[in-house]
Amino acid sequence: MLNVFNISGSALSAQAQRMNVTASNMANADSVAGPDGQPYRAKHVTFEMDAAPGQSVGGVRVSGVSESQSPFRRQYDPGNPAADDEGYVSLPNVDPTEEMVNMISAARSYQANVEVLNTNKSLMLKTLTLGE
Amino acid sequence: MIDRLNASLNFYQQALNLRDERQKVLSANIANADTPGYQARDFDFRSELDQAVKRGGSTEGNGGLAMATTSSRHIPGQAPGNGSVSNLMYRVPSQPSLDGNTVDMDMERVNFADNAVHYQADLQFITSRLQGLKQAMQPE
Repeated sequence: MLNVFNISGSALSAQAQRMNVTASNMANADSVAGPDGQPYRAKHVTFEMDAAPGQSVGGVRVSGVSESQSPFRRQYDPGNPAADDEGYVSLPNVDPTEEMVNMISAARSYQANVEVLNTNKSLMLKTLTLGE
Repeated sequence: MIDRLNASLNFYQQALNLRDERQKVLSANIANADTPGYQARDFDFRSELDQAVKRGGSTEGNGGLAMATTSSRHIPGQAPGNGSVSNLMYRVPSQPSLDGNTVDMDMERVNFADNAVHYQADLQFITSRLQGLKQAMQPE
């Protein structure tokens, strides 16, 4: 039964990381320049099943964070110091709608796993008092 | 005497074991609800319980490796298999999803709640069984 804690725990941390990435995307929705001088690119996490070798059930882990390759938003603003020769400013390719949906989905999944964790905890505590 | 006690509790023990195992499988399904390509698993409780009771608590036949014995005086050994479930199946999705994930959250939640209640019921049965046995052993 202790194994169930690991499974739910892995899901909690994976969903929390997804939430982190979403927060980063939303916060940087208007960042015209990152550390590399390029506009911010939206990031997405990829989930992967995390099972021990030979096991068919297991938790979940984040296998990687990928950058969205969709084109930057371009806005005509010649007075902006970040504008290029034609007077266009490249803005991040963050899609706020997509990010909101991602955020809600991550929150719901997180909640579901907390419920699983609580149920398993109370079952385990009951098992410890077996026969009394 | 002790093996009698063991036999009277064996059924409940197997049932509780399987409920625990199913709890794990359903938790894994819920944990992987957003994993692309993950396929939801479950098993047929009834047939697994049948098998487990027939095996009678021995670890034989659950996928664990048996130790090779080269002398008649060797004690045979059996490694514990990966769980007591021998036939873990895949759920048939009611609605296909684009990323190949077959977890239906509603179904998993219902099954999870159902399993949790059954687990508690099993605990209750064992407790009353134990209390009955205890009472039978009282001197008065």
